[in-house]
Amino acid sequence: MDIHEYQAKEILSNFGVDIPGGALAYSPEQAAYRARELGGDRWIVKAQVHAGGRGKAGGVKLCSSESEIQEACEGMFGKKLVTHQTGPEGKGIYRVYVEAAVPIDREIYLGFVLDRTSQRVMIVASREGGMEIEEISAEKPDSIVRSTVEPAVGLQDFQCREIAFKLGLEPALTAQMVRTLKGCYRAFTEHDATMVEINPLVVTGDSRILALDAKMTFDDNALFRHPQISELRDKSQEDPRESRAADRGLSYVGLEGNIGCIVNGAGLAMATMDTIKLAGGEPANFLDIGGGATPERVAKAFRLVMSDSNVQAILVNIFAGINRCDWVAEGVVQALKEVQVDVPVIVRLAGTNVKEGQKILAGSGLPIIRANTLMEAAERAVGAWRNDLDQATRVRAVT
Amino acid sequence: MSIFLDRDTKVIVQGITGRMARFHTKDMLDYGTNLVGGVVPGKAGERVEGVPVFDTVKDAVAKTGAEASLVFVPPPFAADSIMEAADGGIRFCVCITDGIPAQDMIRVKRYMMRYPKDRRMVLTGPNCAGTISPGKALLGIMPGHIYLPGNVGIIGRSGTLGYEAAAQLKERGIGVSTSVGIGGDPINGSSFKDILERFEQDDDTHVIAMIGEIGGPQEAEAAEFIRNRITKPVVAYVAGLTAPKGRTMGHAGAIISAFGESASEKVEILSAAGVTVAENPAVIGETIATVMGQAA
Repeated sequence: MDIHEYQAKEILSNFGVDIPGGALAYSPEQAAYRARELGGDRWIVKAQVHAGGRGKAGGVKLCSSESEIQEACEGMFGKKLVTHQTGPEGKGIYRVYVEAAVPIDREIYLGFVLDRTSQRVMIVASREGGMEIEEISAEKPDSIVRSTVEPAVGLQDFQCREIAFKLGLEPALTAQMVRTLKGCYRAFTEHDATMVEINPLVVTGDSRILALDAKMTFDDNALFRHPQISELRDKSQEDPRESRAADRGLSYVGLEGNIGCIVNGAGLAMATMDTIKLAGGEPANFLDIGGGATPERVAKAFRLVMSDSNVQAILVNIFAGINRCDWVAEGVVQALKEVQVDVPVIVRLAGTNVKEGQKILAGSGLPIIRANTLMEAAERAVGAWRNDLDQATRVRAVT
Repeated sequence: MSIFLDRDTKVIVQGITGRMARFHTKDMLDYGTNLVGGVVPGKAGERVEGVPVFDTVKDAVAKTGAEASLVFVPPPFAADSIMEAADGGIRFCVCITDGIPAQDMIRVKRYMMRYPKDRRMVLTGPNCAGTISPGKALLGIMPGHIYLPGNVGIIGRSGTLGYEAAAQLKERGIGVSTSVGIGGDPINGSSFKDILERFEQDDDTHVIAMIGEIGGPQEAEAAEFIRNRITKPVVAYVAGLTAPKGRTMGHAGAIISAFGESASEKVEILSAAGVTVAENPAVIGETIATVMGQAA
């Protein structure tokens, strides 16, 4: 789960990471008022969206008067910010963060990630802050400093000092850097984060180390023990279909294509998408309904896939292992009687009792297009999508 | 021979009184697994499907001589159960649980390091379908009848995609020595490399099939290992060619977040290491059959 910059800053500052003065606003007027409260003569207005690349997309503005703040805000509130991370649909701006501008001496990149090779938390830092880490690794790979944390004892001071010296920080800043790094590590582990990124972490003209930006991502599997983090969830930043799926215990990712997929198991779901692509089509979604494939879940899945107006055919691919194909087939038939589906439906069942399952599909009176192999299913789905198949094979709304 | 599991391997189920655990306990007993007990704190003395329940793993090991365990414990408590197995003398542990916090798994992996390598438990999973040595024993939730006994060793991150591969093999009359699910989580007990090493040593395994997916470094690490250490033919399939970058595809670990983690990059790395790559999931069985024909 992602949170906003201002929320990440609040969490990090509770762990001893210094941040510039700032305040949240829900309207242009409030933003101007917040700036007056903060004092100073230059402020940064930042759109709060769950995506990086805000600066280049016009979501971060430097202002030196209240009228400039109002103007900047009017260009943000209610608009969609499109960055290289949001996709073409962008993310809605409903709140802005107003921050006092600080004189910057140098910019550092600082990230904490779950490193899958060492299976530990890894600190990644670079003196080339302000650039994205992908750019840094492509253009200045030698500037990257890495350090992994031994989980039994946690991050040690000497590791922090090593990082500070490798980044070329003045010795007088070492203690501040140690405090910043240890604060981030504690925030990471105590809240079950999977990522903390401060880019840039700056050294100011008056020798302070401040987090100018902050991003935190949390482990969805650990949210059960962090109710205060769950409360920070902002559904306005999520794809509504994905939120709806997640709330129903289904794993769904919306894509650009036209062939909807309903599959049990994540690996098989990805493999099904790949096969559709090989057959010349484009998948409309990833959807894993879980191992069980109960009739209720199949019905939920049909409703969800049909809520995407781009879907022009649906491919159901279920490997029935413990649950038999005849039982799954009955579920599919029942779901198609409940849910209005007006696009061709291709069903491929595999596993236990395939023949019985096929018989139920064939005898249902529903114009379900059946397939025996994964490739055949994908080819038929692509064919149906291209309207190669007779219109009569389309599933008619039953209810 | 087979790896990890044999007809005689004594198995316990941690969390055996849960609804799903009871169901699969019966299934494993029916398959012929030498399932000798279960562990649920506070439920010692009960019986599930005729096997005795113990309070602790240590009790179960002392009374039954169990060597392997299946963890069927809900996510908040699963890491604790794995550590209890590691400390209780279990040699091979399969964790089915999906949804264990990543930092719990970091702690589990660190905890297991306290035992010297010759006494260290092998963990597979979490978030996997289990391990089966067809015709001998089943430790997991997979449908046993889709596997024929034979000489292909399977290692996979995904459950149902692994079934798909096994079913394609069965259709061609090709059997499996052992199929090991390593699971879909970002931090898991065993990697492809760990299991490849076992199959290389196993006389009954002639060909190894790896079923990977997007996300993480383990396919690339396996490629390096295959190049240097594996003499048996390896076939691979990598799922997720159409998966977008930065999105989690069902499995917590199936996310492209770094260079070399996309399906096409993994395919390239594996091919360069001499692995025969099945270009789509529909031809996994066919590709293995071809490689076996060449090896014979």
